[in-house]
Order: sequence, then structure tokens, then C-alpha cells
Amino acid sequence: MRAVIAALALAVSAAAFAIDAERAFDDPALQERYEHLTRELRCLVCQNQTIADSNATLAQDLRREVRELMEEGKTDGEIHEFLTARYGDFVLYNPPVKPRTYLLWAAPVLLLAGGLGAAALVIVRRARAARENPEALERDPETETP
Amino acid sequence: MSRYLKFLIPGVLFLILVVFFVIGLQRDPRMIPSPLIGKPAPEFALEDLSDPQRTVGTSDFAGRMYLFNVWGTWCGGCREEHEALLMIASSGVVPIVGLNWKDDRSLAQRWLRQLGNPYETVAFDPEGQVAIDWGVYGAPETFLVAADGTVLAKRIGPMTMDVWQREFLPLISGSGGAS
Repeated sequence: MRAVIAALALAVSAAAFAIDAERAFDDPALQERYEHLTRELRCLVCQNQTIADSNATLAQDLRREVRELMEEGKTDGEIHEFLTARYGDFVLYNPPVKPRTYLLWAAPVLLLAGGLGAAALVIVRRARAARENPEALERDPETETP
Repeated sequence: MSRYLKFLIPGVLFLILVVFFVIGLQRDPRMIPSPLIGKPAPEFALEDLSDPQRTVGTSDFAGRMYLFNVWGTWCGGCREEHEALLMIASSGVVPIVGLNWKDDRSLAQRWLRQLGNPYETVAFDPEGQVAIDWGVYGAPETFLVAADGTVLAKRIGPMTMDVWQREFLPLISGSGGAS
């Protein structure tokens, strides 16, 4: 039992890998901010990795840049702005909400609404069919079992 | 809803999806459009590759159109495009300014001695600081900068005579930057 709990705890715990050889900041709060920031910035050479994951030299340079900007007292928003001005929105793992991305951000809601609509339609039609002709439903070839 | 429609709707949705995939798969994900196009070129001042005492910077090219080429001796694509750069340089249409990116000074100097030097000057950027300002993520990259300092175009990957003639030359004659 204990082993199972331990395994579960390991499975759900957030992975905490070291990014650089040494901690970027002594202050734990700053270090956490740094790690959070680097985990949502894309490494542009190895495009499916964040700059925290990647060992590419560009990722190392960008981490250094983020660290320096933080030391200058820049906010997360300002750091995002600094990087998008140079590399475009592609550098952000979270695409910003703007006219070009409205459809992207609305897609989950639209798909859910479409699915609910379709489900409602089917339920209403089946209910009506059942009311009008209760036996027909039982004879439905799709639901019939031998 | 007729039986016909029941198959038509998923069919149409599938076709739309196919169109998206066909377009998406034909785009090269490595070509990230530069947000710098149409904006002023980032300013810099760095050591000259051939002479550490000298400074190379954007102010040296104020009022002139130039090509800004990012390269390194570790970069295979740079070797590939070198011939094209030499030809562009000898055509004399625009000067080429080099940015030697995250490289070794003596290796870079030897490269230019052995393969020929297409650059008017080369700035030495071992830390990659200026490269970040220009949004460089993979050498070679080539920018066309107008006389007023605006970035007109960017080529990601090796420059070829074909790309030069098709994408860059029309911009140069269009804005009257040729000397």
C-alpha cells in the first residue's frame, strides 16, 4: 500500500528539473519567477522545446537575457514584449488574444457548443419519436440486440 | 435531416480539415516571419572582427542601404551561401555587413582569408547579444536595411542568387538605394 501511495505521489508531483548548472537567483521567489518565465518561452531552434528545456546555445543566450532583464527589474509583461518585438508571437507558448487568434481561443467553446447542440437535437428527436411511436424505438436496428 | 445530409456534413468538415493540413504541411515551420520588417534596424556597436581596437556599428552605415548577414564558421549553411555573397559583393549593388555570431575570432579570420571576404566590415558578436536584438535564431540569416535604417527584408537560410534576384533586388531598385 505504501509503495502504491509513493508511486502515485511521484506520478502526480510536478517535475522539478534544474535548468542551469547553478541557480539563477538566490532569492527563491525570483528563481521561481525565472523558471516560470523560461518555461513559457519557446526555443526557436528546437521549436517544440521551451528555453528552459533546451540546451541549444540560443536557449542559453535567451535564458541569460531573461535573467538580465529580471535583474533590471523588468516585469513579466515587459520581458514578453522585449522578446516578441524581436522574435514575434511565436516565441510565446501562450498565444496572445488578438483578432488573428480569436478563432483559436474560441474554438474549444465553439466545439463544445456544437457538440451540445448536436446532442440536444438527437435527444429531442428521439424523445419525440418515442412519444409518437413507442414501438419504433425498440425496433431501431441500431439499438436492437438479438 | 435526410440521410444524405448526415454524410454530407462530416464529409465537408473533413475536406476543410484536409485543406488546412495541405496548406499547413507545405509551410516551413523554420521560417518564422520577422517582426522587424518595416521597423528600424536595431542599433549596435561591436568590435571589428579583424581589429579589436575598432568599433563597427549601425552609425557607420547611416544613410546607406546595406545587407546585414549573420554567419559563423560553425554554420554549414554559411559555407553554402559564401559563393553567392561573394558574387553579390562583387556586383557592387549594396555593401554587405557581417555579424560573426558566437564564433572564434581566429577561426573566423581564417575563414575569410581562405574563402574570400565579401564583407565591407564584420562585427564580432561572441556573446550573441546583438543577434538577439535582431531576432536571429539560426545562421545564416540576411537582412536588407534601407538607407533610412528600416529593415526591408529578411532571408532565413542560405542566400542564393535566385533569392537575391527574386526577393532582394526588386526592393533595392524600387527604393532607389542602388549606388
